[in-house]
Amino acid sequence: MTEALLEVHDLVVEFPTRKGTLTAVDGISFAVHRGEVLGIVGESGAGKSMTGSAIIGLIEPPGHIAGGTVHLAGERIDNLSLDAMRRVRGKKIGVVFQDPLTSLNPLYTIAEQLVETIRTHLPLSERAARDRAIGLLDEVGIPAAARRIDDYPHQFSGGMRQRVVIALALAAEPELVIADEPTTALDVSVQAQIIDVLKRLCAEHGAAVMLITHDMGVIAETADRVAVMYAGRIAEIGPVRDVVKDAKHPYTDGLMGSIPTLTHAEDRLTQIPGSMPRLTAIPPGCAFNPRCPKVFERCRTERPNPQPVSDRQVACWLYDGEAHP
Amino acid sequence: MLAFTIRRLVQSIVVMLVVALIAFVMFRFVGDPVDQMVGLETTLEERAQLREQLGLNDPVPVQFVRFIGKAAQFNFGTSYQFKRPVAELIGDRLPATLELSFVAAAFALIVGIPMGVYTALRRDSWLSKFFLTVSLVGVSLPTFLIGIILIFIFAVNLQILPSFGRGAVVDLGWWSTGLLTASGLKALILPAVTLGLFQMTLIMRLVRSEMLEVLRTDFIKFARARGIKNRAVNFGHALKNTLVPVITITGLQLGSIIAFAIITETVFQWPGMGLLFLQAVQNVDIPIMAAYLLLIAFLFVAINLVVDILYVFVDPRIRIAGAAT
Repeated sequence: MTEALLEVHDLVVEFPTRKGTLTAVDGISFAVHRGEVLGIVGESGAGKSMTGSAIIGLIEPPGHIAGGTVHLAGERIDNLSLDAMRRVRGKKIGVVFQDPLTSLNPLYTIAEQLVETIRTHLPLSERAARDRAIGLLDEVGIPAAARRIDDYPHQFSGGMRQRVVIALALAAEPELVIADEPTTALDVSVQAQIIDVLKRLCAEHGAAVMLITHDMGVIAETADRVAVMYAGRIAEIGPVRDVVKDAKHPYTDGLMGSIPTLTHAEDRLTQIPGSMPRLTAIPPGCAFNPRCPKVFERCRTERPNPQPVSDRQVACWLYDGEAHP
Repeated sequence: MLAFTIRRLVQSIVVMLVVALIAFVMFRFVGDPVDQMVGLETTLEERAQLREQLGLNDPVPVQFVRFIGKAAQFNFGTSYQFKRPVAELIGDRLPATLELSFVAAAFALIVGIPMGVYTALRRDSWLSKFFLTVSLVGVSLPTFLIGIILIFIFAVNLQILPSFGRGAVVDLGWWSTGLLTASGLKALILPAVTLGLFQMTLIMRLVRSEMLEVLRTDFIKFARARGIKNRAVNFGHALKNTLVPVITITGLQLGSIIAFAIITETVFQWPGMGLLFLQAVQNVDIPIMAAYLLLIAFLFVAINLVVDILYVFVDPRIRIAGAAT
């Protein structure tokens, strides 16, 4: 693998509440390499989006990063001043959010929003920024970009708006694009197109992608590596092919079993009993232990940390040689 | 856009006709106009002659049409108590009321909007809490009490501002203004603050709640994620999105400022229409009351028309919807 572009080490995100501190992201570590697509997958509330928000320094107060470090291209970015961090956002890290219908300001034209973003980060004239904006819209596949650029967001369909959002994310040539559920709000028929645009453009512009989604199918088709999150921790991280074909962590195994396939005629999909614990009631030991089919004594008392298993990292006592009964 | 304006105009005319009907009914059926115009010693023949002369024997619809025709030419008849044309009386008083109202509205906007933005952006600062507390006072104290308190402080104790009247006015022929002389301006301060204080607190609270709402939206988060400068996010993206409701309320409130300046004008002995109207009510001077009713209705309708057209400039979604129908 090439040099790591983004390095997250032991990241902890906490929310102080009246009932005590909630830990939304609990000491996760991973890296995104230049040019690769890292998928982050997990159920709602697993901490996927929170991880993305933490990296760009936009966690809603009172939430905050309580520990760990984030390095981008060797430079530490989790402790930057507000203004320095603002300059990283958009310039070095582009972001695509879930809902294209609400991501764009309804009162500004596409041109105004693109030009504003471009000129915030690049020393271009109004004219040059506009030309660049038209070029970007062209690249994301907006027909008649030069004419449609002066339209307002509500004049575009959902899929077209998400293309505009991608153009905005790429406006200043970022090195990393964090795409948070970029297709969830879209029509199924449009999802594949958007993923395709996102992947193709990031490859062309040399941007790595951190693709956050709950859709394992999207990950399998798009990502190079995948990190599976459960209750604020990474359960398993490794090359996407291996994880899909041969899941090591029982949770990942359950996830894969719950995806319908065309080749196997099954009456009923595998189902993981129970549901993910609330942040207020994370069980002691491995957070997955109450639902795990392979649970044993140690899982109920000690918390497993990710450890290398062949070409990946798995946080499960099953793979701790000495511990297995 | 033109169709939109025309449609609104037609609606306005309908509203005006209904108000005119009410004014006309008041004229015609609250007591006998002839009784109010002539003395006790007038004979029955003279009364009948006057009745014929005034056209009171014509069918009611004919009288109504005649009333509207005259009202459209600003002919509202002669005041019973002053024996002068009502249009002339109102023409004398209108500048005072309009100047007071517009200065009060300008004060409310110029002070209210920045305070609203400030209290939304710095929710926890002590100054915000101070503003909010003061605004509670502004909302809950009755206007006349605020006026009397201001007179007590600034006119009686500090003796820096006059307690009544308009000060010296400059006559521009068709308009007498107090804005051009020092004493006129000084006389304007207390009544304008009194009249505008309630509106100011209303606008401040409205801007604050709208801002808080808008700041939570996805497009603000997305603008921040693109690294747009804070100032541009707060005052460009966020504030512009709060303007539609602010324009609505300001428009409606401007109408009520003008209509309900009566109390402030009484407290400060301001020679405006409010005072004239109160005298008219005391003396059952129906021509003045009817003309006042029509004039206020006209101002409300005119302001609402302007507000509707302003929306179109602020919000492109209304623009397109208007053009499509």
